[in-house]
Amino acid sequence: MPVTELQGRQVHVDDEGFLTVYDEWDEDLADVLASQIGIDLTDEHWKVIRFLREDFKTVGETATARRVQTVGGVPVKEQFALFPKKPAKKMAYIAGLPKPHGCV
Amino acid sequence: MRRLVVLGGGTAGTMAVNKLRKHLAPDEWSITVVDRDDDHVYQPGLLLVPFGVYTPAEIVKPRQRFLPDGVELVLAEIDRVDAAVNRVLLTDGQTLDYDFLIIASGTAPRPDQTPGMTDGEWRTSIFDFYTLAGATALRDKLARWEGGRLVVQIVEMPIKCPVAPLEFTFLADASFEERGMRDKVQITYVTPLEGAFTKPVASKHLGGMLAERNVSLEGDFMVDHIDPDTKTIVSVDEREIPFDLLVTVPLNMGADFIARSGLGDELNYVPVNKQTLLSIAHDNIFAIGDASNIPTSKAGSVAHFSIELFTDNFLEHVSGRAMTHPFDGHANCFIDSGHGKGLLIDFNYDTQPLPGKYPIPGVGPFTLLEESRLNHLGKLGFRWAYWNVLLKGRPMPIPALMSMAGKHDET
Repeated sequence: MPVTELQGRQVHVDDEGFLTVYDEWDEDLADVLASQIGIDLTDEHWKVIRFLREDFKTVGETATARRVQTVGGVPVKEQFALFPKKPAKKMAYIAGLPKPHGCV
Repeated sequence: MRRLVVLGGGTAGTMAVNKLRKHLAPDEWSITVVDRDDDHVYQPGLLLVPFGVYTPAEIVKPRQRFLPDGVELVLAEIDRVDAAVNRVLLTDGQTLDYDFLIIASGTAPRPDQTPGMTDGEWRTSIFDFYTLAGATALRDKLARWEGGRLVVQIVEMPIKCPVAPLEFTFLADASFEERGMRDKVQITYVTPLEGAFTKPVASKHLGGMLAERNVSLEGDFMVDHIDPDTKTIVSVDEREIPFDLLVTVPLNMGADFIARSGLGDELNYVPVNKQTLLSIAHDNIFAIGDASNIPTSKAGSVAHFSIELFTDNFLEHVSGRAMTHPFDGHANCFIDSGHGKGLLIDFNYDTQPLPGKYPIPGVGPFTLLEESRLNHLGKLGFRWAYWNVLLKGRPMPIPALMSMAGKHDET
């Protein structure tokens, strides 16, 4: 696994830059990751990111857009507005979680 | 007497009871299978019905015929499972008490979940092919279709047999060519994924095959609704794709009784341990085949490989021992690519599909991720193996766990 430096810290990432170690993430890092993909985090963004973090802790998989809608209460349309074009991927990237499976 | 109840007599449920009946003594265990009807559909065959390769009669047989002696088949609709008291309630008022429950009720297309899909144009210019009625209606439509814009679309992953829409596209392209009308058809492949397939190496190979066939790819397309009046599919981010003929793979969901029983996730799949298939919530409930939430393909091959290991795990678990046969998510699928050729892919939870030879490293006879005539014959031959070997729980000459031997890692 490659290691990269973010905010003066060493973090483990995959080939596409998704963090691979759950506990290496914190909320400061989220701001850095978000700015890398051109997103300024608002309260609406944080609602989704905190849901993803909590959900991953219990389920062990990154939530899909549908799950963020039905369980997290944020409609898919709003997810697209907050994280344009590729919400599932961008949400996972900022939340420091593996890219969602998209299922095989 | 201990009671095992199996909900669903499809691929996974049938294989499981054939395996388990041999090990569970009839004077110690009763086994009951519940299904709503007695029609066992060979589901891989549905893809070939629209092209006239199989007739519906060739891919449907009575479920009862594939269940072993000593297994009772109850034909009824399931109302719900009351897991607190280990009881299944049927809609006709019957109840079935169990000591262990296996949920094998699969997944099904749900066109009602996409606004506009079933309004007006359903089975007129909008078709599914993963039901017998849909595949048959599409066959009749294709036979008289004179061309135009064909859109093949996936609503959302996961879907039953994730390669099927690609195969449909390859077969449609070949069939139009054979009928001398390929120049009258524009084909667009629309997917919520970034590319042709979920995993990078296969996505590159399969995406290349779409390009070679002059099929345009529209990725990251999450459908919001279908407008039946303008015949357009509209994405959440407001892209519009017009069609004359839409072949869609609707949202797939597990059975509704799973939701009514409080046993499912947001798509009615039962959360299980992905290595043992034991329910996370209940120590006497397993979910096998497409009904569980394991992160691999919803496919008969997964049901087959996982049940080889599940049988041993189940027997260990019911006798109070630890389960020692972890499943690795192994799947493999023949992909028909038209003109009498096909591909084969082989993968698991951790390893994506890679090129190589299968099942004997360096020899084959099948080639992975590359078209060959033999792969196509393998696919056709599989129907015989399904009815005669696989469902009856007889050994297949393929190991249950995935192997890296004979594969080339391109990453």
